[in-house]
Amino acid sequence: MRLRTTVSAAVLSTVSAMALAACVPNSSSGTEAIAVSATDSECKVATTSAPSGAVTFKVTNGGKDVTEFEIVANDKLRIISEVENLGPGITRDLVVSLPEGSYFAVCKPGMVGDGIATAFTVTASQSTASSDADREDLLAAASEQYILYVRNEVQTLVRKTDEFVAAYEAGDYDKARDMYADARVHWERIEPVAESFGDLDPKTDAREADVAEGDAWTGWHAIEKSLWPPAEGFELTAEQQKSLAEGLKANIATLSDEVTAENFTLDVSQIGNGAQGLLDEVASSKVTGEEETWSHTDLWDFQANIDGASVAFGVLRDAAAETDPELVETLDTRFADLNALLATYGSIDEGFVLYTALTPDQVKELSDSVNALSEPLSQLTAAVLQ
Amino acid sequence: MLGAGAGAVGVAAIAGAGGFAAGRESAPKLDLKSFAFRGQHQSGIVTAQQDRLHFAAFDLTTTSRDAVIALLRAWTEAAERLMAGAELGDGAVGGSYVAPPDDTGEAMGLPASGLTITFGFGPGLFSKVEGLASKRPEQLIDLPHFGGDILDPTFVGGDLCVQACADDPQVAVHAIRNLSRLAFGTAAIRWAQLGFGRTSSTTTAQTTPRNLMGFKDGTRNLRAEQTADIERFVWADAADGQAWMAAGSYLVARRIRIRAEVWDRTSLKGQEDSIGRTKGSGAPLSGGSEFTEPDFDLKGSAGTPLIPVDSHVALAHPDANDGQRMLRRGYNFTDGADSLGRLDAGLFFLAYVRDPRTQFVPVQNQLSKSDALTLEYLQTTGSALFAVPGGIGQGEYVGQALFG
Repeated sequence: MRLRTTVSAAVLSTVSAMALAACVPNSSSGTEAIAVSATDSECKVATTSAPSGAVTFKVTNGGKDVTEFEIVANDKLRIISEVENLGPGITRDLVVSLPEGSYFAVCKPGMVGDGIATAFTVTASQSTASSDADREDLLAAASEQYILYVRNEVQTLVRKTDEFVAAYEAGDYDKARDMYADARVHWERIEPVAESFGDLDPKTDAREADVAEGDAWTGWHAIEKSLWPPAEGFELTAEQQKSLAEGLKANIATLSDEVTAENFTLDVSQIGNGAQGLLDEVASSKVTGEEETWSHTDLWDFQANIDGASVAFGVLRDAAAETDPELVETLDTRFADLNALLATYGSIDEGFVLYTALTPDQVKELSDSVNALSEPLSQLTAAVLQ
Repeated sequence: MLGAGAGAVGVAAIAGAGGFAAGRESAPKLDLKSFAFRGQHQSGIVTAQQDRLHFAAFDLTTTSRDAVIALLRAWTEAAERLMAGAELGDGAVGGSYVAPPDDTGEAMGLPASGLTITFGFGPGLFSKVEGLASKRPEQLIDLPHFGGDILDPTFVGGDLCVQACADDPQVAVHAIRNLSRLAFGTAAIRWAQLGFGRTSSTTTAQTTPRNLMGFKDGTRNLRAEQTADIERFVWADAADGQAWMAAGSYLVARRIRIRAEVWDRTSLKGQEDSIGRTKGSGAPLSGGSEFTEPDFDLKGSAGTPLIPVDSHVALAHPDANDGQRMLRRGYNFTDGADSLGRLDAGLFFLAYVRDPRTQFVPVQNQLSKSDALTLEYLQTTGSALFAVPGGIGQGEYVGQALFG
């Protein structure tokens, strides 16, 4: 979190409050928001030109319908950026990086049809078109790299899950127990991606307590419980085991189909938010030992979540460094600190100690280190999109 | 009807013009009071004690001197804004839509509510951070074990502390929550305590509040107006040993649980004998009214003192403690109930002293040994001592004298 000085924050908020309340045409200096008043029949843009670079529109829906606001290229086809689902009375900012050129600012009352278009001109400024284009390339490259990482992890996940399932179905439980944590690593590294495909995540990774009474419990953790069963009260028939095993295999295969599909894509905000999501996973269930209730292999998941977040940060690093070098420096340090701390408990290759071997002080230390990383990581998406 | 209505309007107009206070009575009570963060001393010590508390003790998660300084700078900037009733950074809704808000937002629309934020340094700061070992004041001792203490390790010690006091609990919680966000990576909360009602008065204008035993508490407390005594008993001096502690003080924090169920089954006589004062007016058992000086020699028909020698007043009074005094700033707390359904409640004792070795330790030892109240009804579960540096001027950060 960055703290601004008293004076500058006060001035900023006064300026935006004035722009909003009185719709004063602003000087479009590039740093101030351009007020957009969207109603069911009108789309008033306070000023119709701005210098190139980051342009902020402050869109207020004064109509009765839900609306959206778009910046569209000169061909009236390509949407550069948009803010959707603005309910009546709601105000929201759209920050978009615009190179010099001609555009249309479009309000779409009811979110259908062609909308109400106003021509919008972006003039040349110090922030040149070529540097904007460079940044676009940088972000596109980040997406490509991360998609490659996801596909690679899923490929390994498929192979290891198939081996795990084969051992489990063959009744070779020792081998299955040996393989369990290692196979899951490749799931945990990319879990936010899996979460984006409908109910694939709950079908694959639900913990017993997540499942409502009467609903079927499937996936990794049901098998986990049968491999590390409680003293009594949990015995599966061979048929139930087979159904769990085949179901897991099929769901992982579905995941693989989804991420290898040609139209599979991830934008930089999904990647940045995914990194934060992985840390949230660690903070809420891994550091508390709630993820692997029966096998206690939580530290494998912990490390895998951090790995996934670290790769996401890695691909976004250059883009973030351009806007917030201090954040990047902090994240470098905090990732290194947390990885060093985790390394004292083992590694994915050599294995970790079980969660049950950790003392409360050690858990607190891990939790502190997760918080230390998570707080600045929550700023990554905004830094990349700036 | 028309006439009556017009008359009523007339009355209201007069009240509005001539009697501002009367016109405000039905309006929501807004506490517009605010205090300055900067000054000779830190706020929140002799400041008229507010009704609510959120206190947090932090462990350092770094040994880096630069990181600690950066945190103190960030805390200083944030505390100054919070005490003015302002939001942090771009506020709760004024920042980027794709970033978490700088301010958590639960104080939006609330006034400053007399918020004070007071920072302190525990012994661990001096042992963990490079170059500080020789700066540890000799007054900042490791508190000894006192008889009857049954400490919960999760309520003991801390390398840093933040005391947030306000007249609105939401404002105090908002302060600690946002300051702890700024600390992630440098310090993490070790323990925290909410207090819902003050158990002391720090100015003469305030009435004496009651603790959870139902008795007036802090009748004899030091008050801000007693400037000579405040200088003598509260503010540290450069000549006391560490120059950086000038105009600072030492904060004793003790989480004292009251055995409420046992206390509540005690006769009124038993309760008054344990305290040494009447439960109603708070007068000493030797007679008079609340502020009458107790007469420890006055005997009754049985030939024993009217104020029992093992009562809290007899043992805690300056006369029984070499004239020592402290500025108390405690709060009633409850954290719900324990597993047996007993109230987990008591007094979160906070006291500011110039030297805990002479002003707190001997008094507590005496109470732990002989005090009927302490022995029968109280159990201390948390304990910590902090050095609270002096106030700061413009452009400085809290504790700068220690690092400068």
